[in-house]
Amino acid sequence: MANGEITSIVIRTVSRIIIPFIQIFGLYTIIHGEASPGGGFQGGVILGTSIILLTIVFGLEEAKRRIPRGLILVFMSLGLLIYSGIGLLDMLFGGKYLEYTRLPLPLSGHEISALSILCVEIGIGITVMSVIILLFFYSVRDEDAHGINA
Amino acid sequence: MIRIYSIISLILIGMIFIYVADEMPAFGSPDNPINNRVYDRYTERSFEETGVPNIVTAILADYRGYDTLGETTVIFTAGMSLMLLFSRWKNG
Repeated sequence: MANGEITSIVIRTVSRIIIPFIQIFGLYTIIHGEASPGGGFQGGVILGTSIILLTIVFGLEEAKRRIPRGLILVFMSLGLLIYSGIGLLDMLFGGKYLEYTRLPLPLSGHEISALSILCVEIGIGITVMSVIILLFFYSVRDEDAHGINA
Repeated sequence: MIRIYSIISLILIGMIFIYVADEMPAFGSPDNPINNRVYDRYTERSFEETGVPNIVTAILADYRGYDTLGETTVIFTAGMSLMLLFSRWKNG
């Protein structure tokens, strides 16, 4: 067993089962931000907490092996790029910055606007998720995790 | 000497404040600028203007789109500066 890993089989099995459900709930919160309470910030934090649970249970080494640093960097930038890119696309097609109804899609203005807002929420969610994971990875060390097993 | 100057400037600023306070809207009046009825626009027309049934999301992502873009940039900047400060990835 690596350092800082929880050895209890109950905790390991339960979190192995529950982590995908947390992630599905986070995705639901982002996607349904248009029609129900939720949105990019909240869903991003929920997605981040699933990785935090993975780090607590399976150790920092395992989590860093699964989520490399470059991936976090790329995702962090990608979310903001989606948001500002939609604004720039609107400008490219003759609207104002973040004027959503100008994209040349074969849809009504309503649907284009709703689709753009959905993409914006997804971008926010990606950025928030990556920053939450990054915050946790940098603020925890394997020496700190020894106390959990004791 | 400084004391006299500061007292004089305080009196001047106080006179300006008292003069302006007369022009302020009445307390609790429905015609106040704070009650400028922007929420009527939001509750009545947000769906037809943005296509999103959730008013909060419509305000957040459409009417206040620049604000949300700024918030996302703040979070992004926080993550970037964290990476700069603690640039060691291996445990140490």
